Amino acid sequence: MRTKPAQDPPPRVRSLSWRNLGMTIAGGYIPLALATLVVFVPLLWMMMSSLKAPGEIVTTGLALLPKNPGPQNYLDATSTVPFPRFFLNSVIVTAVGSALKCVLAIFTAYALVFVRFPFKRVIFLLILVALMVPPQVSVLPNYVLIASMGGLNTYWGIILPGLGTAFGTFLLRQHFLTLPPAILESAEIDGAGHWRKLWKIVVPVSVPSIATVGLVTIVSEWNEYIWPLIVTDHPDMMTLPVGLTQLVNSDGSTQNWGMLMAGAVIVLLPILVIFAALQRYIVSGLTQGSVTG
Amino acid sequence: MAFAAPNVILIILFTYRPLITNIYFSTLDWTLGAASATSVGLGNYVEFFSSPDAANVLGVTAIFTVTTVGGARALGLLVALALNQKLKGRTFARAVVFAPYVLSGVGVGLVWLFIFDPTYGALSWFLRSLGQISPQWVNDPKLALVMIIVVYIWKNLGYCAVVYLAGLQSIPPQLMEAASLDGATSFRRFRTIVVPLLSPTTFFLLITSLLSSLQAFDIIRIMTPSGNGTSTLIFDSYVQAFGSYNRAGYSAAISVVLFAGLLIMTAVQLRFVERKVHYS
Repeated sequence: MRTKPAQDPPPRVRSLSWRNLGMTIAGGYIPLALATLVVFVPLLWMMMSSLKAPGEIVTTGLALLPKNPGPQNYLDATSTVPFPRFFLNSVIVTAVGSALKCVLAIFTAYALVFVRFPFKRVIFLLILVALMVPPQVSVLPNYVLIASMGGLNTYWGIILPGLGTAFGTFLLRQHFLTLPPAILESAEIDGAGHWRKLWKIVVPVSVPSIATVGLVTIVSEWNEYIWPLIVTDHPDMMTLPVGLTQLVNSDGSTQNWGMLMAGAVIVLLPILVIFAALQRYIVSGLTQGSVTG
Repeated sequence: MAFAAPNVILIILFTYRPLITNIYFSTLDWTLGAASATSVGLGNYVEFFSSPDAANVLGVTAIFTVTTVGGARALGLLVALALNQKLKGRTFARAVVFAPYVLSGVGVGLVWLFIFDPTYGALSWFLRSLGQISPQWVNDPKLALVMIIVVYIWKNLGYCAVVYLAGLQSIPPQLMEAASLDGATSFRRFRTIVVPLLSPTTFFLLITSLLSSLQAFDIIRIMTPSGNGTSTLIFDSYVQAFGSYNRAGYSAAISVVLFAGLLIMTAVQLRFVERKVHYS
Protein backbone atom coordinates (compact mmCIF):
# COMPACT_ATOMS: atom_id res chain seq x y z
CA MET A 1 0.00 0.00 0.00
CA ARG A 2 2.74 2.40 0.85
CA THR A 3 5.17 0.91 -1.57
CA LYS A 4 4.90 3.63 -4.13
CA PRO A 5 4.58 6.88 -2.22
CA ALA A 6 6.01 8.90 -5.05
CA GLN A 7 3.25 7.87 -7.40
CA ASP A 8 1.46 11.18 -7.22
CA PRO A 9 3.51 13.92 -8.79
CA PRO A 10 4.33 16.57 -6.19
CA PRO A 11 2.67 19.90 -6.88
CA ARG A 12 5.96 21.67 -7.53
CA VAL A 13 6.53 19.79 -10.80
CA ARG A 14 5.45 22.07 -13.58
CA SER A 15 3.29 20.45 -16.14
CA LEU A 16 3.29 21.88 -19.60
CA SER A 17 0.26 24.09 -19.48
CA TRP A 18 -0.75 27.37 -20.99
CA ARG A 19 -0.50 28.98 -17.61
CA ASN A 20 3.11 27.90 -17.10
CA LEU A 21 4.01 28.84 -20.61
CA GLY A 22 2.50 32.25 -20.00
CA MET A 23 4.45 32.65 -16.79
CA THR A 24 7.72 31.63 -18.41
CA ILE A 25 7.19 34.21 -21.10
CA ALA A 26 6.05 36.98 -18.77
CA GLY A 27 8.59 36.30 -16.02
CA GLY A 28 11.48 35.12 -18.15
CA TYR A 29 11.53 35.89 -21.82
CA ILE A 30 9.95 39.33 -21.73
CA PRO A 31 12.31 40.80 -19.09
CA LEU A 32 15.30 39.18 -20.81
CA ALA A 33 14.31 40.43 -24.23
CA LEU A 34 13.67 43.87 -22.79
CA ALA A 35 17.04 44.03 -21.04
CA THR A 36 18.84 42.79 -24.14
CA LEU A 37 17.12 45.35 -26.35
CA VAL A 38 17.78 48.21 -23.95
CA VAL A 39 21.50 47.46 -24.23
CA PHE A 40 21.55 46.51 -27.87
CA VAL A 41 19.46 49.24 -29.51
CA PRO A 42 21.57 52.28 -28.45
CA LEU A 43 24.72 50.55 -29.74
CA LEU A 44 23.03 49.58 -33.00
CA TRP A 45 21.73 53.15 -33.28
CA MET A 46 25.31 54.42 -32.90
CA MET A 47 26.65 52.10 -35.63
CA MET A 48 23.89 52.96 -38.07
CA SER A 49 24.06 56.70 -37.39
CA SER A 50 27.81 56.71 -37.97
CA LEU A 51 27.17 55.52 -41.54
CA LYS A 52 24.43 58.03 -42.34
CA ALA A 53 24.77 61.13 -44.48
CA PRO A 54 24.50 64.46 -42.61
CA GLY A 55 21.01 65.08 -43.99
CA GLU A 56 19.75 61.86 -42.45
CA ILE A 57 21.03 62.83 -39.01
CA VAL A 58 19.75 66.38 -39.01
CA THR A 59 16.16 65.34 -39.34
CA THR A 60 13.29 65.08 -36.95
CA GLY A 61 12.16 61.80 -38.50
CA LEU A 62 13.46 58.48 -37.28
CA ALA A 63 15.01 55.80 -39.46
CA LEU A 64 17.36 53.15 -38.18
CA LEU A 65 19.01 52.17 -41.43
CA PRO A 66 21.11 54.64 -43.39
CA LYS A 67 19.85 55.23 -46.94
CA ASN A 68 23.29 55.36 -48.52
CA PRO A 69 25.73 53.91 -45.98
CA GLY A 70 29.09 55.59 -46.38
CA PRO A 71 32.27 56.42 -44.47
CA GLN A 72 31.78 60.19 -44.72
CA ASN A 73 31.47 60.71 -40.94
CA TYR A 74 34.69 58.77 -40.35
CA LEU A 75 36.50 60.89 -42.91
CA ASP A 76 35.10 64.05 -41.29
CA ALA A 77 36.24 62.93 -37.85
CA THR A 78 39.72 62.20 -39.19
CA SER A 79 40.01 65.56 -40.90
CA THR A 80 38.81 67.45 -37.79
CA VAL A 81 41.16 65.80 -35.29
CA PRO A 82 44.11 63.38 -35.79
CA PHE A 83 42.06 60.23 -35.21
CA PRO A 84 44.55 57.69 -36.61
CA ARG A 85 47.12 59.15 -34.24
CA PHE A 86 44.72 58.84 -31.25
CA PHE A 87 44.09 55.24 -32.23
CA LEU A 88 47.81 54.51 -32.47
CA ASN A 89 48.42 56.14 -29.08
CA SER A 90 45.64 54.10 -27.49
CA VAL A 91 47.06 50.90 -28.99
CA ILE A 92 50.58 51.69 -27.77
CA VAL A 93 49.49 52.69 -24.27
CA THR A 94 47.16 49.69 -23.95
CA ALA A 95 49.64 47.14 -25.31
CA VAL A 96 52.68 48.31 -23.36
CA GLY A 97 50.74 49.08 -20.19
CA SER A 98 48.87 45.77 -20.13
CA ALA A 99 51.96 43.69 -20.94
CA LEU A 100 53.99 45.32 -18.16
CA LYS A 101 51.11 45.04 -15.69
CA CYS A 102 50.70 41.35 -16.42
CA VAL A 103 54.40 40.67 -15.90
CA LEU A 104 54.40 42.64 -12.65
CA ALA A 105 51.30 40.80 -11.44
CA ILE A 106 52.82 37.40 -12.28
CA PHE A 107 56.07 38.23 -10.46
CA THR A 108 54.33 39.59 -7.38
CA ALA A 109 51.80 36.78 -7.13
CA TYR A 110 54.58 34.20 -7.53
CA ALA A 111 56.58 35.82 -4.75
CA LEU A 112 53.55 35.98 -2.46
CA VAL A 113 52.76 32.30 -2.93
CA PHE A 114 56.02 30.45 -3.57
CA VAL A 115 58.85 32.56 -2.13
CA ARG A 116 59.60 33.02 1.56
CA PHE A 117 60.61 36.53 2.47
CA PRO A 118 60.21 38.86 5.46
CA PHE A 119 57.11 41.06 5.88
CA LYS A 120 55.17 38.97 3.41
CA ARG A 121 51.88 39.47 5.26
CA VAL A 122 52.41 43.23 5.47
CA ILE A 123 53.10 43.41 1.76
CA PHE A 124 50.07 41.32 0.96
CA LEU A 125 47.90 43.59 3.11
CA LEU A 126 49.38 46.64 1.41
CA ILE A 127 48.34 45.23 -1.96
CA LEU A 128 44.91 44.18 -0.72
CA VAL A 129 44.09 47.59 0.76
CA ALA A 130 45.30 49.29 -2.44
CA LEU A 131 42.35 47.59 -4.18
CA MET A 132 40.05 49.84 -2.16
CA VAL A 133 41.92 53.11 -2.73
CA PRO A 134 40.15 55.06 -5.46
CA PRO A 135 42.64 56.01 -8.19
CA GLN A 136 40.72 59.21 -8.97
CA VAL A 137 41.79 60.68 -5.64
CA SER A 138 45.46 60.34 -6.58
CA VAL A 139 45.47 62.29 -9.83
CA LEU A 140 46.65 65.66 -8.52
CA PRO A 141 49.70 64.42 -6.56
CA ASN A 142 50.60 62.07 -9.40
CA TYR A 143 50.25 64.89 -11.89
CA VAL A 144 52.62 67.07 -9.87
CA LEU A 145 55.15 64.23 -9.62
CA ILE A 146 54.98 63.18 -13.28
CA ALA A 147 55.14 66.83 -14.41
CA SER A 148 58.26 67.40 -12.30
CA MET A 149 59.83 64.35 -13.95
CA GLY A 150 59.07 65.75 -17.41
CA GLY A 151 56.42 63.16 -18.16
CA LEU A 152 53.63 65.38 -19.51
CA ASN A 153 52.71 64.45 -23.08
CA THR A 154 54.87 61.31 -23.07
CA TYR A 155 53.92 57.66 -23.35
CA TRP A 156 55.75 56.75 -20.16
CA GLY A 157 53.99 59.56 -18.33
CA ILE A 158 50.61 58.12 -19.36
CA ILE A 159 51.57 54.54 -18.52
CA LEU A 160 53.76 54.69 -15.41
CA PRO A 161 51.38 55.77 -12.59
CA GLY A 162 48.89 53.02 -13.41
CA LEU A 163 51.45 50.23 -13.65
CA GLY A 164 51.36 49.01 -10.07
CA THR A 165 48.67 46.38 -10.07
CA ALA A 166 46.75 45.24 -7.02
CA PHE A 167 43.90 43.64 -8.96
CA GLY A 168 46.04 41.39 -11.17
CA THR A 169 48.29 40.40 -8.29
CA PHE A 170 45.32 39.46 -6.12
CA LEU A 171 43.61 37.45 -8.84
CA LEU A 172 46.76 35.52 -9.78
CA ARG A 173 47.64 34.90 -6.15
CA GLN A 174 44.23 33.29 -5.64
CA HIS A 175 44.94 31.04 -8.61
CA PHE A 176 48.53 30.15 -7.65
CA LEU A 177 47.29 29.09 -4.21
CA THR A 178 45.23 26.38 -5.89
CA LEU A 179 48.21 24.86 -7.71
CA PRO A 180 49.36 21.58 -6.10
CA PRO A 181 52.82 22.04 -4.50
CA ALA A 182 53.85 18.73 -6.03
CA ILE A 183 54.23 20.28 -9.46
CA LEU A 184 57.09 22.40 -8.17
CA GLU A 185 58.79 19.70 -6.13
CA SER A 186 60.22 17.76 -9.05
CA ALA A 187 61.70 20.96 -10.42
CA GLU A 188 63.22 21.71 -7.02
CA ILE A 189 64.93 18.30 -7.05
CA ASP A 190 66.43 19.20 -10.40
CA GLY A 191 67.78 22.33 -8.74
CA ALA A 192 65.71 24.80 -10.73
CA GLY A 193 65.70 28.35 -9.39
CA HIS A 194 62.64 30.55 -9.00
CA TRP A 195 63.10 32.06 -12.44
CA ARG A 196 62.92 28.66 -14.16
CA LYS A 197 60.11 27.40 -11.95
CA LEU A 198 58.08 30.52 -12.74
CA TRP A 199 58.44 30.41 -16.52
CA LYS A 200 58.64 26.63 -17.07
CA ILE A 201 55.98 25.43 -14.65
CA VAL A 202 53.78 28.07 -13.03
CA VAL A 203 53.12 30.28 -16.06
CA PRO A 204 52.34 27.43 -18.51
CA VAL A 205 49.73 25.89 -16.19
CA SER A 206 48.16 29.28 -15.43
CA VAL A 207 47.44 30.49 -18.94
CA PRO A 208 43.65 30.91 -18.47
CA SER A 209 44.10 33.00 -15.31
CA ILE A 210 46.82 35.11 -16.91
CA ALA A 211 44.58 35.59 -19.95
CA THR A 212 41.80 36.77 -17.65
CA VAL A 213 44.08 39.31 -15.98
CA GLY A 214 45.42 40.38 -19.37
CA LEU A 215 41.99 40.91 -20.90
CA VAL A 216 40.61 42.83 -17.94
CA THR A 217 43.74 44.99 -17.97
CA ILE A 218 43.45 45.65 -21.71
CA VAL A 219 39.83 46.74 -21.26
CA SER A 220 40.61 49.12 -18.41
CA GLU A 221 43.73 50.59 -20.06
CA TRP A 222 41.84 51.22 -23.29
CA ASN A 223 38.99 52.95 -21.45
CA GLU A 224 41.18 54.91 -19.01
CA TYR A 225 40.12 58.54 -19.11
CA ILE A 226 40.90 60.94 -16.28
CA TRP A 227 44.65 60.33 -16.14
CA PRO A 228 45.42 60.61 -19.89
CA LEU A 229 43.07 63.61 -19.99
CA ILE A 230 45.16 65.42 -17.40
CA VAL A 231 48.61 64.35 -18.48
CA THR A 232 48.25 65.14 -22.20
CA ASP A 233 47.32 68.42 -23.81
CA HIS A 234 49.03 67.90 -27.13
CA PRO A 235 46.85 66.15 -29.75
CA ASP A 236 49.78 64.01 -30.89
CA MET A 237 49.87 62.28 -27.51
CA MET A 238 46.16 61.93 -26.75
CA THR A 239 44.49 58.55 -26.45
CA LEU A 240 41.11 57.88 -28.09
CA PRO A 241 38.80 58.79 -25.17
CA VAL A 242 40.72 62.04 -24.64
CA GLY A 243 40.75 62.80 -28.34
CA LEU A 244 37.01 62.19 -28.58
CA THR A 245 36.54 64.91 -26.00
CA GLN A 246 38.09 67.30 -28.51
CA LEU A 247 35.37 66.47 -31.02
CA VAL A 248 32.54 67.47 -28.72
CA ASN A 249 31.37 71.00 -29.17
CA SER A 250 31.77 72.36 -25.68
CA ASP A 251 28.79 74.71 -25.78
CA GLY A 252 26.64 71.63 -26.26
CA SER A 253 24.25 73.23 -28.74
CA THR A 254 25.18 72.18 -32.24
CA GLN A 255 26.93 68.84 -32.27
CA ASN A 256 28.00 67.03 -35.43
CA TRP A 257 26.30 63.83 -34.35
CA GLY A 258 27.31 61.71 -37.33
CA MET A 259 30.96 62.50 -36.73
CA LEU A 260 30.61 61.92 -32.97
CA MET A 261 28.97 58.54 -33.55
CA ALA A 262 31.85 57.60 -35.85
CA GLY A 263 34.23 58.55 -33.04
CA ALA A 264 32.20 56.53 -30.53
CA VAL A 265 32.33 53.50 -32.84
CA ILE A 266 36.12 53.76 -33.08
CA VAL A 267 36.51 53.77 -29.29
CA LEU A 268 33.79 51.17 -28.53
CA LEU A 269 34.07 48.66 -31.37
CA PRO A 270 37.51 47.16 -30.58
CA ILE A 271 36.43 46.35 -27.03
CA LEU A 272 33.05 45.03 -28.22
CA VAL A 273 34.85 42.68 -30.62
CA ILE A 274 37.26 41.46 -27.93
CA PHE A 275 34.36 41.05 -25.51
CA ALA A 276 32.24 39.13 -28.01
CA ALA A 277 35.08 36.69 -28.63
CA LEU A 278 36.35 36.24 -25.07
CA GLN A 279 33.50 37.33 -22.80
CA ARG A 280 33.77 34.30 -20.51
CA TYR A 281 37.25 35.32 -19.33
CA ILE A 282 36.37 39.00 -19.01
CA VAL A 283 33.13 38.45 -17.09
CA SER A 284 34.74 35.97 -14.71
CA GLY A 285 37.73 38.26 -14.15
CA LEU A 286 35.63 41.32 -13.43
CA THR A 287 33.24 39.54 -11.09
CA GLN A 288 35.93 37.44 -9.39
CA GLY A 289 35.75 39.23 -6.06
CA SER A 290 32.14 38.21 -5.56
CA VAL A 291 33.04 34.55 -5.67
CA THR A 292 36.29 34.65 -3.73
CA GLY A 293 34.60 36.72 -1.05
CA MET B 1 61.42 39.71 -2.57
CA ALA B 2 62.98 41.09 -5.74
CA PHE B 3 60.03 39.60 -7.63
CA ALA B 4 57.51 41.63 -5.68
CA ALA B 5 59.56 44.81 -5.26
CA PRO B 6 58.81 46.71 -8.52
CA ASN B 7 55.05 46.33 -8.15
CA VAL B 8 55.06 47.17 -4.45
CA ILE B 9 57.22 50.25 -5.02
CA LEU B 10 54.88 51.43 -7.80
CA ILE B 11 51.83 50.92 -5.59
CA ILE B 12 53.42 52.84 -2.73
CA LEU B 13 54.59 55.64 -5.01
CA PHE B 14 51.40 56.13 -7.03
CA THR B 15 48.62 54.82 -4.76
CA TYR B 16 49.64 55.43 -1.14
CA ARG B 17 51.95 58.43 -1.42
CA PRO B 18 49.23 60.58 -3.08
CA LEU B 19 46.93 60.06 -0.08
CA ILE B 20 49.49 61.73 2.17
CA THR B 21 50.56 64.34 -0.38
CA ASN B 22 46.91 65.29 -0.86
CA ILE B 23 46.57 66.07 2.83
CA TYR B 24 49.66 68.29 2.64
CA PHE B 25 48.49 70.01 -0.57
CA SER B 26 45.10 70.63 1.02
CA THR B 27 46.69 72.98 3.55
CA LEU B 28 48.14 75.21 0.83
CA ASP B 29 46.89 78.16 -1.11
CA TRP B 30 48.59 77.07 -4.28
CA THR B 31 48.03 77.74 -7.95
CA LEU B 32 48.87 74.68 -10.01
CA GLY B 33 52.18 75.28 -11.77
CA ALA B 34 53.24 78.14 -9.50
CA ALA B 35 56.62 77.79 -7.83
CA SER B 36 55.50 78.97 -4.41
CA ALA B 37 52.52 78.37 -2.17
CA THR B 38 51.37 79.79 1.14
CA SER B 39 50.15 77.66 4.00
CA VAL B 40 46.54 78.29 4.97
CA GLY B 41 46.00 75.49 7.47
CA LEU B 42 42.41 74.34 7.27
CA GLY B 43 41.43 77.36 5.19
CA ASN B 44 40.53 75.35 2.10
CA TYR B 45 38.21 73.11 4.10
CA VAL B 46 36.57 76.12 5.77
CA GLU B 47 36.09 77.73 2.39
CA PHE B 48 34.64 74.59 0.85
CA PHE B 49 32.17 73.85 3.61
CA SER B 50 31.06 77.46 4.01
CA SER B 51 30.58 78.12 0.29
CA PRO B 52 27.20 77.53 -1.32
CA ASP B 53 28.98 75.13 -3.68
CA ALA B 54 29.51 72.61 -0.90
CA ALA B 55 25.81 71.99 -0.27
CA ASN B 56 25.30 71.68 -4.00
CA VAL B 57 28.26 69.37 -4.64
CA LEU B 58 27.58 67.18 -1.61
CA GLY B 59 23.88 67.02 -2.49
CA VAL B 60 24.55 66.05 -6.11
CA THR B 61 27.10 63.45 -4.97
CA ALA B 62 24.63 61.98 -2.49
CA ILE B 63 21.73 61.86 -4.97
CA PHE B 64 23.90 60.41 -7.73
CA THR B 65 25.44 57.78 -5.45
CA VAL B 66 22.24 56.65 -3.75
CA THR B 67 20.20 56.43 -6.97
CA THR B 68 22.88 54.70 -9.03
CA VAL B 69 23.86 52.24 -6.30
CA GLY B 70 20.22 51.47 -5.54
CA GLY B 71 18.99 51.52 -9.14
CA ALA B 72 21.73 49.37 -10.65
CA ARG B 73 21.34 46.78 -7.91
CA ALA B 74 17.53 46.64 -8.01
CA LEU B 75 17.40 46.36 -11.80
CA GLY B 76 20.38 44.03 -11.77
CA LEU B 77 18.54 41.70 -9.38
CA LEU B 78 15.46 41.69 -11.63
CA VAL B 79 17.58 40.79 -14.65
CA ALA B 80 19.42 38.15 -12.61
CA LEU B 81 16.11 36.53 -11.62
CA ALA B 82 15.16 36.34 -15.30
CA LEU B 83 18.60 35.00 -16.24
CA ASN B 84 18.40 32.36 -13.51
CA GLN B 85 15.61 30.48 -15.30
CA LYS B 86 16.40 27.78 -17.79
CA LEU B 87 15.59 29.78 -20.85
CA LYS B 88 16.91 29.56 -24.37
CA GLY B 89 19.46 32.23 -25.18
CA ARG B 90 20.22 33.17 -21.61
CA THR B 91 23.99 32.87 -22.11
CA PHE B 92 23.72 35.31 -24.96
CA ALA B 93 21.50 37.64 -22.93
CA ARG B 94 23.94 37.54 -20.02
CA ALA B 95 26.79 38.60 -22.31
CA VAL B 96 24.78 41.40 -23.93
CA VAL B 97 23.59 42.80 -20.62
CA PHE B 98 27.12 42.76 -19.22
CA ALA B 99 28.69 44.39 -22.30
CA PRO B 100 28.17 48.09 -21.38
CA TYR B 101 30.20 47.54 -18.21
CA VAL B 102 33.38 46.98 -20.25
CA LEU B 103 32.82 49.91 -22.61
CA SER B 104 34.46 53.32 -22.49
CA GLY B 105 32.35 55.78 -20.50
CA VAL B 106 33.30 58.46 -23.01
CA GLY B 107 31.97 56.46 -25.95
CA VAL B 108 28.85 55.43 -24.07
CA GLY B 109 28.28 59.02 -22.94
CA LEU B 110 28.39 60.25 -26.55
CA VAL B 111 25.94 57.63 -27.75
CA TRP B 112 23.44 58.62 -25.08
CA LEU B 113 24.05 62.33 -25.55
CA PHE B 114 22.85 61.86 -29.13
CA ILE B 115 19.79 59.90 -27.95
CA PHE B 116 18.96 62.67 -25.46
CA ASP B 117 19.48 65.48 -28.00
CA PRO B 118 16.35 67.67 -27.77
CA THR B 119 16.03 68.13 -31.55
CA TYR B 120 17.61 65.22 -33.39
CA GLY B 121 17.74 62.55 -30.68
CA ALA B 122 15.79 59.32 -30.80
CA LEU B 123 14.18 60.17 -27.46
CA SER B 124 12.93 63.52 -28.74
CA TRP B 125 11.35 61.73 -31.70
CA PHE B 126 9.65 59.33 -29.31
CA LEU B 127 8.37 62.18 -27.13
CA ARG B 128 7.13 64.06 -30.19
CA SER B 129 5.18 61.04 -31.33
CA LEU B 130 3.45 61.15 -27.95
CA GLY B 131 2.70 64.81 -28.51
CA GLN B 132 5.32 66.00 -26.05
CA ILE B 133 8.23 68.38 -26.51
CA SER B 134 11.66 67.12 -25.49
CA PRO B 135 13.12 68.95 -22.50
CA GLN B 136 16.61 70.45 -22.62
CA TRP B 137 18.35 67.55 -20.90
CA VAL B 138 21.84 69.03 -20.74
CA ASN B 139 20.96 72.63 -19.94
CA ASP B 140 18.45 71.96 -17.17
CA PRO B 141 20.50 71.15 -14.03
CA LYS B 142 17.92 68.76 -12.56
CA LEU B 143 17.35 66.89 -15.81
CA ALA B 144 21.09 66.73 -16.51
CA LEU B 145 21.49 64.85 -13.24
CA VAL B 146 18.64 62.49 -14.15
CA MET B 147 20.29 61.90 -17.51
CA ILE B 148 23.70 60.94 -16.16
CA ILE B 149 22.06 58.72 -13.52
CA VAL B 150 20.13 56.85 -16.23
CA VAL B 151 23.24 56.38 -18.37
CA TYR B 152 25.37 55.32 -15.42
CA ILE B 153 22.79 52.70 -14.38
CA TRP B 154 22.59 51.49 -18.00
CA LYS B 155 26.34 50.99 -18.02
CA ASN B 156 26.59 49.24 -14.66
CA LEU B 157 23.47 47.18 -14.15
CA GLY B 158 24.85 44.23 -16.12
CA TYR B 159 27.67 43.92 -13.62
CA CYS B 160 25.17 43.77 -10.74
CA ALA B 161 23.04 41.28 -12.70
CA VAL B 162 25.94 38.88 -13.29
CA VAL B 163 27.13 39.07 -9.68
CA TYR B 164 23.57 38.51 -8.42
CA LEU B 165 23.19 35.61 -10.84
CA ALA B 166 26.24 33.94 -9.31
CA GLY B 167 24.67 34.48 -5.89
CA LEU B 168 21.33 33.04 -7.01
CA GLN B 169 23.01 29.98 -8.46
CA SER B 170 24.70 29.27 -5.15
CA ILE B 171 21.31 28.91 -3.40
CA PRO B 172 20.64 25.18 -2.95
CA PRO B 173 17.65 24.22 -5.13
CA GLN B 174 16.40 21.83 -2.40
CA LEU B 175 15.63 24.85 -0.21
CA MET B 176 13.33 26.34 -2.81
CA GLU B 177 11.70 22.99 -3.49
CA ALA B 178 11.07 22.35 0.18
CA ALA B 179 9.50 25.77 0.52
CA SER B 180 7.20 25.30 -2.45
CA LEU B 181 6.18 21.87 -1.12
CA ASP B 182 5.15 23.71 2.03
CA GLY B 183 2.97 25.87 -0.17
CA ALA B 184 5.04 29.07 -0.13
CA THR B 185 4.21 31.39 -2.99
CA SER B 186 7.02 32.48 -5.26
CA PHE B 187 7.00 35.98 -3.77
CA ARG B 188 7.20 34.53 -0.27
CA ARG B 189 10.06 32.24 -1.30
CA PHE B 190 11.82 35.24 -2.75
CA ARG B 191 11.37 37.31 0.42
CA THR B 192 12.17 34.63 3.00
CA ILE B 193 14.81 32.53 1.22
CA VAL B 194 16.35 34.34 -1.71
CA VAL B 195 16.80 37.79 -0.17
CA PRO B 196 18.45 36.59 3.09
CA LEU B 197 20.69 34.11 1.28
CA LEU B 198 21.73 36.80 -1.18
CA SER B 199 22.77 39.21 1.57
CA PRO B 200 26.53 38.51 1.21
CA THR B 201 26.20 39.29 -2.51
CA THR B 202 24.19 42.41 -1.75
CA PHE B 203 26.83 43.52 0.71
CA PHE B 204 29.63 42.92 -1.77
CA LEU B 205 27.76 44.88 -4.45
CA LEU B 206 26.97 47.68 -2.03
CA ILE B 207 30.67 48.28 -1.35
CA THR B 208 31.89 47.88 -4.92
CA SER B 209 29.14 50.00 -6.47
CA LEU B 210 29.51 52.68 -3.83
CA LEU B 211 33.22 52.90 -4.61
CA SER B 212 32.64 53.12 -8.34
CA SER B 213 29.70 55.55 -8.16
CA LEU B 214 31.69 57.96 -6.03
CA GLN B 215 34.46 57.80 -8.63
CA ALA B 216 32.21 58.18 -11.67
CA PHE B 217 33.88 60.70 -13.90
CA ASP B 218 33.97 59.95 -17.63
CA ILE B 219 30.21 59.92 -18.24
CA ILE B 220 29.75 63.16 -16.28
CA ARG B 221 32.68 64.89 -17.98
CA ILE B 222 31.65 63.98 -21.52
CA MET B 223 27.88 64.48 -21.19
CA THR B 224 27.89 67.62 -19.05
CA PRO B 225 31.28 69.34 -19.46
CA SER B 226 30.09 72.40 -17.56
CA GLY B 227 28.99 70.31 -14.59
CA ASN B 228 25.79 72.35 -14.37
CA GLY B 229 23.74 70.32 -11.89
CA THR B 230 26.03 67.32 -12.16
CA SER B 231 29.11 68.44 -10.25
CA THR B 232 30.02 65.61 -7.89
CA LEU B 233 32.98 65.69 -5.49
CA ILE B 234 35.30 64.00 -7.95
CA PHE B 235 34.17 66.27 -10.79
CA ASP B 236 34.53 69.41 -8.68
CA SER B 237 37.98 68.31 -7.54
CA TYR B 238 38.99 67.87 -11.19
CA VAL B 239 37.53 71.21 -12.28
CA GLN B 240 39.16 73.15 -9.44
CA ALA B 241 42.66 71.91 -10.30
CA PHE B 242 42.49 71.23 -14.03
CA GLY B 243 39.60 73.37 -15.21
CA SER B 244 40.18 77.09 -15.52
CA TYR B 245 40.92 77.80 -11.84
CA ASN B 246 44.18 75.87 -11.27
CA ARG B 247 43.42 75.85 -7.54
CA ALA B 248 45.53 72.85 -6.54
CA GLY B 249 45.24 73.24 -2.77
CA TYR B 250 41.46 73.65 -2.85
CA SER B 251 41.13 70.67 -5.21
CA ALA B 252 43.26 68.54 -2.87
CA ALA B 253 40.98 69.46 0.04
CA ILE B 254 37.95 68.23 -1.92
CA SER B 255 39.80 64.99 -2.72
CA VAL B 256 40.53 64.53 0.97
CA VAL B 257 36.84 65.08 1.81
CA LEU B 258 35.92 62.46 -0.79
CA PHE B 259 38.46 59.97 0.50
CA ALA B 260 37.44 60.54 4.11
CA GLY B 261 33.82 59.96 3.10
CA LEU B 262 34.77 56.71 1.41
CA LEU B 263 36.73 55.54 4.43
CA ILE B 264 33.89 56.32 6.84
CA MET B 265 31.28 54.63 4.68
CA THR B 266 33.40 51.53 4.19
CA ALA B 267 34.11 51.34 7.92
CA VAL B 268 30.44 51.80 8.84
CA GLN B 269 29.42 49.10 6.42
CA LEU B 270 32.04 46.67 7.62
CA ARG B 271 31.02 47.34 11.20
CA PHE B 272 27.24 47.13 10.91
CA VAL B 273 26.37 45.27 7.77
CA GLU B 274 28.85 42.46 8.10
CA ARG B 275 27.19 41.31 11.29
CA LYS B 276 23.87 40.95 9.54
CA VAL B 277 25.41 39.17 6.60
CA HIS B 278 27.12 36.28 8.33
CA TYR B 279 24.37 34.43 10.04
CA SER B 280 25.51 30.86 9.44
